[in-house]
Amino acid sequence: MPRIDEKRYESKGYDIHIIPSNKYKTNTIVVKFKSPLKRETITKRAMLPYVLQQATENYPSARSFRTALDDLYGAVLKVDASKKGEHHVMTFRMEVANDQFLTEDHDLLRKGLQLMQEVIFHPKKDGESLDKNIVDREKQTLTQKIKSLKDDKMSYANSRLLDEMCSDEPYRYHVHGYEEDLPDITGESLYAYYQEMLAQDKMDIYVQGLFDENNIQNIVEEEIKRDSNPTITPTETTSKEAPKQPNEVIDKQNVQQGKLHLGYRTHIRYGDKDYPALQVFNGLFGGFPSSKLFMNVREKHSLAYYAASRFESHKGLLLVFSGIDPNDYKQARDIIEKQMKAMKDGDFSDDEVQETKDLVVNQFLETLDNQQGVVEVLYHQVISGSDRTPDELIEEVKQVTKEDVLRVAEKVHLDTVYFLTKQEGGDA
Amino acid sequence: MNTQHYEQIGETLYSKKLDNGLEVYLLPKREMAKTFGVFTTEYGSIDQTFSPIGKNEQVTVPEGIAHFLEHKLFEKEDRDVFQDFTKLGASPNAFTSFTSTAYLFSATQHIQENVRTLLDFVQDPYFSDESVEKEKGIIAQEIRMYDDQPDWRAFFGTIQSLFQDHPVKVDIAGTVDSIQDITKEDLYTCYNTFYHPSNMTFFVAGNFDPESMMKLIEENQNAKEFEATPTIDRSYPDEPKGVAEAHKVIEMPVSVSKCLVGVKEDTEYLNEDTFLKTDMMKNMVLDHFFSKSGEFFETLYNEDLIDDSFHFETHLDKSFGFTIIGGNTRNPEKLSERVKGMLHELKGRNLTDEEFNRMKRKKIGQFMRSMNSLEFIATTFVQYRHLGIDLFQVLPAIESLTKDEVEEHLKAWIDEDRIAVTEVRPSEE
Repeated sequence: MPRIDEKRYESKGYDIHIIPSNKYKTNTIVVKFKSPLKRETITKRAMLPYVLQQATENYPSARSFRTALDDLYGAVLKVDASKKGEHHVMTFRMEVANDQFLTEDHDLLRKGLQLMQEVIFHPKKDGESLDKNIVDREKQTLTQKIKSLKDDKMSYANSRLLDEMCSDEPYRYHVHGYEEDLPDITGESLYAYYQEMLAQDKMDIYVQGLFDENNIQNIVEEEIKRDSNPTITPTETTSKEAPKQPNEVIDKQNVQQGKLHLGYRTHIRYGDKDYPALQVFNGLFGGFPSSKLFMNVREKHSLAYYAASRFESHKGLLLVFSGIDPNDYKQARDIIEKQMKAMKDGDFSDDEVQETKDLVVNQFLETLDNQQGVVEVLYHQVISGSDRTPDELIEEVKQVTKEDVLRVAEKVHLDTVYFLTKQEGGDA
Repeated sequence: MNTQHYEQIGETLYSKKLDNGLEVYLLPKREMAKTFGVFTTEYGSIDQTFSPIGKNEQVTVPEGIAHFLEHKLFEKEDRDVFQDFTKLGASPNAFTSFTSTAYLFSATQHIQENVRTLLDFVQDPYFSDESVEKEKGIIAQEIRMYDDQPDWRAFFGTIQSLFQDHPVKVDIAGTVDSIQDITKEDLYTCYNTFYHPSNMTFFVAGNFDPESMMKLIEENQNAKEFEATPTIDRSYPDEPKGVAEAHKVIEMPVSVSKCLVGVKEDTEYLNEDTFLKTDMMKNMVLDHFFSKSGEFFETLYNEDLIDDSFHFETHLDKSFGFTIIGGNTRNPEKLSERVKGMLHELKGRNLTDEEFNRMKRKKIGQFMRSMNSLEFIATTFVQYRHLGIDLFQVLPAIESLTKDEVEEHLKAWIDEDRIAVTEVRPSEE
């Protein structure tokens, strides 16, 4: 029996993904809109999730809309924007209690779908413009959001690394948009872009939980109506070689701890043959507490509390991140680069490969015990255009050999080293 | 072994108090791939002053020691326990809170071996001078990481403003200075005093058979020798009613200011019967007025004083309690005045039946959602257990709550003397 039993249907304007599961006390509905990352539209896309939640045709204020959600036993709705490879993905997530665990049946899943339809397709508008007051207010919200991102130093350092490393690739664009674009955005221009998104984006709906499997497709199609039915052409993700000499970028701010981030190119993506081996490579290198980075930077040299790596599944990047004392830059960088060299030299045993494979599979199975995790795992197929299922991926990870990991190691090249450190004469 | 079936949520909990005093709880969920195990001692950052086991004199240990001990328990003479779990395909972790220290793993295979590993490593301490010294550098970087996080600084700054004497005001990880004083001997003193099985709880949730699991745990425990059950003598200073600092400004390099309004909660009158109700009422009221469907949220949002980062929480424990409300803001001064005004306004507020029923339904939905997570169930069950509450009785408790009780609570909740405001403002470059 497959671990995840996903059924996929093409409906008008969107694909439906049905995932029956008896693991949860709630049902989830996730709607995703996907578009290529573009500088011209990214700030508008970043703004839309904020604006759409503020008011709809039938719920003229955020409070009345939220009250309607509360009435559905506190249904939760979250809208966010994210970057998957060189795609911008807008995600609407709703979680509603499963009627089976309540004292009576309230048809909560259908009512949840109705509110989803309302928030996505029926925003409060005035002719060909989204509500102007709301747009103005939400510009303020987004400005503050963009500003506050600089206050989370780990994510700031990551964003700066990508600015530098991908300086001529769409992947560098900030998912929350740019402050300088905001003055030119109006109710009209945002509405025009919203119409474009509805007309052109790839749309997917995931419904997960315990329900009548024979009827769920009909219920979704009855409640979620999309007028347009776009033909989606796959976009090419750009691919760039790492420079012969890695770039080094150092920024200075008034911080206590330095953030050392390294960006590597792997050129390996979700649909690629080497993707399972990349997962094992990352596990050996920096994905777990048993990995080389944690064991050497933290345990052996006490230089950091965290030192780890992760890979981007659709762009082909491997990113290392660590928080160190500002004075330890050279030593920490040297140790990290030595661990990469050890990977390339094959300085790991078959037993370690086996243990790491077990850890990767374990992590994967744990993700499949989480409703949002399941959707994110399945959505890799939509982004990549690959039909590799989670079950197939798990089986492939189990087959990975040391030779496969070494083949991956050969493809990994350091592109950029970024260090955020204290100002000279700082008080650290 | 006791068996308790909870009909409405469809869960069965197995439990047993072992001869050595350890309380064991098992929640099988065979539909999950994962199993989550957590071994918790009732010993956290607030337990700074106590009589070491076998001694009569009270001692005060360095700040941050419970957390330091949590780090060091993973290291043995010949190995690091992280690697033991790694070999078993599991993912281990640990955390220290105000009142507890918890060691945990999650895994999808070798469940019995992982459970044994968890039991054994926590019950077999090995501390050396060298490894204690080595850890200081790692924990110093952990503290520095938090020092750079404005949300953490605002949160802890508020706790420190609220409490004058209670050790809840001590940072859980300590300070870079305070941890320098920690010695191997200190760690043994704390370990021997607080890690007796009678002060601990073992909870496993997930995909396993309860009968054989209980047998395994019992056999493991019966094979070990423990001293007779000790009485732990810990003391907390009497906390005055008023706050330590009614208004505090933290300057640090931020782009957006923050403001938190804190309320020092009165926990003196709470007992096992009133605890859960009080906790629920405070949370439901905050949610009703300050969540996105709330009247106060709407007002603050329309006045451009808050954004998505706005949040609230109530944390009640036996010897302390606090409520914190706030987030990013363009105008910390105005936000704090408005939130304080709103809190005072609660005194005279009544609720309609419709509002009250909505509050209850929302709380029920929240509870259902939280039941999706093995980690939440296990860690919250243990935390509630220490307060004398059964997590699985939350649903009936919500059902039985009346509007009058909530309105009564509103009348007596807010007291100006118990409020402290913390602002985080951009420092001058």
